[in-house]
Amino acid sequence: MDAIIETQDLSKHYGDFVAVDRLNLQVHEGEVFGVLGPNGAGKTTTILMLLGLTEPTSGVVRVAGLDPGRQPLSVKAQVGYIPEQVGFYEHLTARENLVYTAKLNGLSRELTRERIESAMERVGLSDALDHEVRTFSRGMRQRLGLADVLVKAPRIIIMDEPTQGLDPERALEFLELIRSLREEDVTILLASHLLYQVQAVCDRVGLFYRGQMVLQGTVPDLARQVLGGAYRIQLELATPDDAVVEAIRRVPGVVSVHPLNGQGYEVEARDDIRPAVARAAIQAGAQLLRLDIRAQNLDDIYTAYFGEVRDDNASTTG
Amino acid sequence: MTTQAQPVETPTVRHAREGSPWRGLGAVLAKEMADQLSSARMRILEGLIVLTSIAAVYGAIRNLRTTVAQDAFLFLRLFTTAQEPLPALVGFLAFLVPLIAISLAFDSVNGELNARTMARVLSQPIYRDAFLMGKFLAGLATVALVLSAIWLLIFGLGLVALGVPPSGEEVARSLWFLLLTIFYGGVWLALGMVFSVVFRQPATAALASIAVWLFFMVFWGIIASVLAGSLMPIRSGFLEEWLAQRQLEMTLLNLSPNTLYVNATLALLNPAIRSLGLVLPFQLEGALLGNPLPLRQSLALIWPHFTGLVAGTILLFALGYVLFQRQEIRV
Repeated sequence: MDAIIETQDLSKHYGDFVAVDRLNLQVHEGEVFGVLGPNGAGKTTTILMLLGLTEPTSGVVRVAGLDPGRQPLSVKAQVGYIPEQVGFYEHLTARENLVYTAKLNGLSRELTRERIESAMERVGLSDALDHEVRTFSRGMRQRLGLADVLVKAPRIIIMDEPTQGLDPERALEFLELIRSLREEDVTILLASHLLYQVQAVCDRVGLFYRGQMVLQGTVPDLARQVLGGAYRIQLELATPDDAVVEAIRRVPGVVSVHPLNGQGYEVEARDDIRPAVARAAIQAGAQLLRLDIRAQNLDDIYTAYFGEVRDDNASTTG
Repeated sequence: MTTQAQPVETPTVRHAREGSPWRGLGAVLAKEMADQLSSARMRILEGLIVLTSIAAVYGAIRNLRTTVAQDAFLFLRLFTTAQEPLPALVGFLAFLVPLIAISLAFDSVNGELNARTMARVLSQPIYRDAFLMGKFLAGLATVALVLSAIWLLIFGLGLVALGVPPSGEEVARSLWFLLLTIFYGGVWLALGMVFSVVFRQPATAALASIAVWLFFMVFWGIIASVLAGSLMPIRSGFLEEWLAQRQLEMTLLNLSPNTLYVNATLALLNPAIRSLGLVLPFQLEGALLGNPLPLRQSLALIWPHFTGLVAGTILLFALGYVLFQRQEIRV
C-alpha cells in the first residue's frame, strides 16, 4: 500500500524544547489513522507541519507525494483540516461561511452550490443552512466544520481533537460520520487523547509521547506489544476461596492470578484458556458466578505503556 | 547522543514557492469589505464623520457668505474655512481619519485568532500574503469609499449653497487632497494592523494605536520643540543659531503623520502658500506675493509630504507583514 502521508525523521524544536523528535509516520491511502497521546505530546505540531503551516526544524514530510513546505497550495487543496475547536464567522450564515471557503479554493459558483448542499446534507445540517453560525450549538459547529472540509472534496482529512467538548451522544454521532467517510476512500488522520473514541473508528493507531511515536499499529498489535500478548480472564466467585485460586494457578498457560477490587479475580494467561480455567475452578469446588474475557482495550495499553514509562523515569531519576 | 537529527534535507533552505502569493486575494478582499461595510462599527463611524463634515462645511458656508465673493478658489475655502467654535473640515479630518482607520484595523488579525477562524482560513490553498493584503486593501478601500462619499457630499453642498460651479483646478486640487487623506488613513490603518498582529487582545491593540495617535496629536509638538531647544541651543543669539534650531524642530515635527498631512493639505488647498519651510525676508525679494501657485508648483511643494505618507503606509504594512509571516499560528 502507498503511504499518502509520510514523514522521515521529522523534528520541530522551539528553542531548547523539542516538540516533535525524529518522527517517522506512515499513513496509508484510505485508512483512518489515530494519533494518540497526552496533551503536549506533539500531536498538533505534527499536524501543522503536515499542512505546511509550521516549518519543520529538520526531516522530510510528504503529503500526497508533495512537500508541504514547498508546494503548500497543492497540499492544502487536497487536505481538509478541522482544527481543535473550529471557529466560524459568527455573524455570517453557515452558507456564507462555506461559500468563503469555496471561493478560497477557487471553486466555480455552480460547484460551490452543489458541494455545499450535499455537504450540509451529509452532516445533517440542511435545515440550518441559512442560519447565522452564532445560533449553532457546539455539536452543530463541529459538524459544520466537517461540512466545511467536505466542500473542497479532499483526499485527506486531518482532525485535531474532533470530539472535544461534545457530550457522549454527539461524540458518537460524530464518530459515525467519520466512519462513513471511509467508504469514500478519504484518508483520515485523527488526533485525540480520548482512547475509546480512537479505538472506535481508527484502523491503526500511533502512540505519541514527548514528540516521539513510541508505538504504532492496529489495536491488537499494540496489545501484543505492550501487554505481552496477555489475555485477561475475569471470574467471579460466590465466596472467595484460596483453594480455587491455587487450582487455577496450576492450569497450564496461566501466568498469574490476582484479586480484582470488589470480588473476583483476574487471570492473566498466554492464550484464551477459558474452558480450562472454568473446569479447574469447578473441580476445586468453586461456585462460579461469572467468567469472561476482557476485550483488548486501548485504555489498558495506554495505561500499561505509560505506567512503564513512568516507572522507567522513576528508576532512572531515583 | 544529541537530539539533533542528521541534516538529511534542510527544508529551511527554500526555493521558489509554488503558485502566486495573491491567490485568494480577491475572495479575502470581497469578504473583508462586505464585513466592514455591514458592521455596526462602520455605521457609527459613518454617522460620526458625515455629521462632523456637514457641520464643518455648514460653518464654512455661513462664513463665506458674509465675505464678498472675490475669491478665485471659493470652493477650496469650504475645506479650510473655520467658523468658531468649530474647526475647519481639514482640522476635523486630521483628527477623525486616524480614529476611523484604527478602528477598522485594530482587531483585523487578532480577531481571527480569537474567533479561531484563522487556522481554518490558512489551511485553505492560499498564502498568508493574500490573507493580510486582502485585509489591508479592504480597510484602505473602505476608508477611500467613506472619504469619497464625504468629498462628493461637500461638493454637492457647495454647489447648492454657493451657487458657483468649481473650476477645473479646484476639482483637481481637491482630488489630490482626497488622495492625500486616503494615504493619511493608510498610515494609521497599517499601524492598527501591526498592533493587531503584535497583540493577542484586540483591546490592547486598540489602546496601543490610540496611544500612538495621541502621542503625535498632543505630545509630539512639545517634544519636538524641547528636543530642538536642547540639541541646538541658542547661545549667542545669532540668526544662524536660531535658524538651525527652527530647522531641526520642523524636521522633527515632520516625522509625525499629522504634521505631514496638515501641512500638505494647507499647501494644496491654499494656492497662495509658497513654502512650507522657513522663509527669510530676503528670499521674498521680487516674489509676487498673494498670487496663487499653479497646481504643478503646489504639488512640487507637497511632494515630500505626500511620498512621506505613502512611504509610511508601505513601511508599516511591510513591518506588519514580516511579523505576521513569522508568527506561529497555533489554534
